[in-house]
This record gives sequence, structure tokens and C-alpha cells, in this order.
Amino acid sequence: MTSSSHSVREALAVLSKDLRSEFRTRHAISSLLLFAITSLAVVSFSVSPYSLDADAQGAFLWIVLFFSAMSGLSRSFVKEEESHTVMALRLAASSDSVYIGKLLFNIVIQAAAGVIAAPLFLLLMDIRPAQPGLFAASVALGTIAMASSSTIIAAMISRANSKGALFAVLAFPISLPGLASAIRSTSISLRGGQAGAASGDIRILLAYSVLMIAASLLLFDFVWND
Amino acid sequence: MERLVSIKNRGVKMAARLFLGVWMIVVILAAFLWAPASVDMGQISRIIFFHIPTAWVTVLAFLVCAIYSVRYLKGRAALDDLAASFAAELGLLFCVAATASGSLFAKATWGSYWNWDPRETSIFVLLLIYGAYFALRSSVDDPARRGSLSAAYSILAFVTVPVLVFVVPRIPAVQSLHPADSVISAGGKLNMDARMLLVFLSSLAGFTGFAAWVFSLRLRVARISARLAVPKEAHI
Repeated sequence: MTSSSHSVREALAVLSKDLRSEFRTRHAISSLLLFAITSLAVVSFSVSPYSLDADAQGAFLWIVLFFSAMSGLSRSFVKEEESHTVMALRLAASSDSVYIGKLLFNIVIQAAAGVIAAPLFLLLMDIRPAQPGLFAASVALGTIAMASSSTIIAAMISRANSKGALFAVLAFPISLPGLASAIRSTSISLRGGQAGAASGDIRILLAYSVLMIAASLLLFDFVWND
Repeated sequence: MERLVSIKNRGVKMAARLFLGVWMIVVILAAFLWAPASVDMGQISRIIFFHIPTAWVTVLAFLVCAIYSVRYLKGRAALDDLAASFAAELGLLFCVAATASGSLFAKATWGSYWNWDPRETSIFVLLLIYGAYFALRSSVDDPARRGSLSAAYSILAFVTVPVLVFVVPRIPAVQSLHPADSVISAGGKLNMDARMLLVFLSSLAGFTGFAAWVFSLRLRVARISARLAVPKEAHI
């Protein structure tokens, strides 16, 4: 009991350390947000004379969110390598706490970008979602799914030589199940459908996130300590 | 005595190799000459004798790669990491073959080489995973770190792929055009002519044997070069 509460405290300490250093530099959030806003502007600018159907709109939103995550989320571990603080972190906290802390940090960052990008998307594309609750739930769960699959990938690429390009290459096939379900339930929420049309996708998103976090917890020790 | 055993072993291996060669020749001839073509698809249906076994080996190699990855993470034997990468190489090769042959079949029956049919989507994701696996391997220099990173990635990918089985059919783009009924009907009964079935199963066995043989060759080369590398370093 004490050890589990201890590791929770450790994970929260990693999270608060990351949040504090992020607040000082605003490195990850600014690259995430700037990417989201520029790509949203490009999408909106290029399709503004046409009204797209809900499938295309859902796909556009997730293309923006996925690639903005790819531009920002890898920072969480690459930053530690670049500032040579990996060793200290490895000594200070157990690998499970590091993983949980980084996962929470990635969720917070990605959610902060989503909170700004998703309303902006609705505004720029002039969309009124038929089911706003479902829309919010899809964006939130999709964000968690993406963070849960890409946190361990970020840890992997921080140990590799080519850090930038590799992240999207490694993360895409792993994130695809979550991404596809998020796109589908977002499209349903924009179009509107009978109640429960998206329940399967929401369940897949939840199951996928749990699966990814469990697998990452099992594997993270090998990635982190080698 | 030991020498006698090794000679006997070599004889058995030689016989197995010869048998495999003859087996594959017979399967190829039978696939074109002996087995009948499907009534509703015509001559193009003969592709199943080659397309499905390559897809099967692709998935099998993926499984073998994951198993060796787990073994590597447990025991840290360099050979297990090499074995995992050999399995992934074989898998990538057969994955390309399965994608290409499936694409030809798609052109012949549906009129386009690619249309994101659920099966096409899943083989494409497998192709991406194999590609990403080698991209990761090539960008890590330290062998021990390369081993554990790529092992972790292949296990993570292996956990993800079954989820795709539930997700991909829900993607609204295209209804599946893949001829599911031609091999196994909706009721789960085999729906094939007896001669076709015999050639198909023989081809499946032959391809599996072929992949296993290539895999064992690669392993042998790796073992021998590891043995050769040790005294060389000792001299230095």
C-alpha cells in the first residue's frame, strides 16, 4: 500500500516537474499549438468555399490533431536526452512512475492543444456538431488514446539517432486503431445519427487506451533502462 | 561417434531439403495443371495457391518475431534479437509478395489495383509496421539497446494488430470485396473442390516449410559468424 502510494506520489512529482519546466519554456505546447493552428488555417483556407460532408470534416480534424501530437509529444523524452537529465531522472524515480508521469504530461499537453484546436476547427469550418457531447467525448478519448500509444514510442525514439522523422513512422501503425475509431465517432457526432451509433467506437477507444497503457507499463522498463 | 551423428544429421537435412524442393515443384505444377479453376472466377482463382500462403507466412513471421522478442527481453541473448530481425525480414519479403499478388488479383476481379478493402488495409498496416521496425533498427547503433528497443516495438505492434481486426471492418470507406466465400463459406464450412483443397493445403505447407528453411539458414549463418568473430577479437 505504502509502495503504491509512494509511486503515485513519484509519478505526480514527475508530472509537476515536467509541467513546471514546460511552463517556463513553453516548448512542447507552442510547437503543438502552432502546428495545429497553421494546419487548421491551411485546411480552412483551402476548403472554405465548399461545404464538406461529415466524414471529411472528422478526418481533417484528426489529421490536424494527430500530426500536431507528432510534432509536440516526442519532446517529453527527447528533452531529457538533450539536457542530459536522463540519468538523474532514472536515479530519482522508478521506471513505472516515470512512464505514468510522462503519460499524464502528454495527456495534459495534448488536451490543452485540443481544447484550443477543436473549437477553432468548428469556428473556422463553420460547423455545428449535431451531438456536441459526443464530439467532446470523441476528442477527449481520442486524445487519451493518442497519448497512451505515443508515450512509449517517444521514449524509444529519444534513444535512437534520428529523432524527428522516426516518431511519426513508428507511431502511425501503432496509433491507427485508436485514430480510426476517433475519426469515425467524430464524424458521427458531426453528422448526427441514431443514439448509440458511436458506442462501439467509444468502447474501442477506451479498450485500446487501456491495452496500450498496460502494454507500455510492461515494456517501458526495457526501453527506459537499456 | 559425434561425427557419425553429425553426418547422419546432415543426411537427414539434405533429404528434407530435397523433399521440400520436389514438393514445391509438384505444388506449382499441380496449381496450374491439375487443380481445376474456380467456376465463378475462372483462371485467376489459381492465385489463391500462392497469395494466401504468402499472407499466411507474413502473419506467421510476425508471430515468430514477437516470440523471439519476448525471449530476447527475458534472456538478452544476442542471437534471439538476430532471430527476431530475420523473422521480420522474411515477413517483410512475404508481405510485399502478398500485397503485390493481392493487388494483381484486385485489378483482375474488381478493376483497380488498390481500394482500401479491409484486408488491404490490414496488410498495409503490417507493411508499415515491418518498415517502421527496420527504420528503428537502423537508427540505433548500440546492439544491446537496438535489441531491446526493437523487441519492445515488435511486441507493442503485436499487441496492436489484433485490435485492427475489430476496427478495420468499421471503417466506412469500402465494403469488403474480398472473396471470403470462395475458401470458407459463411457457415464456416470449407467451400472448395477436393483437388483445389489438396493443392491449397500442400502449398500452405510448402510455403511454411520454405520460410522455415530460409529462417534456419539465416540463423546458422549468424551462429557461425558469431563463432568466427570471437577468436578474431581475441587476437586483437
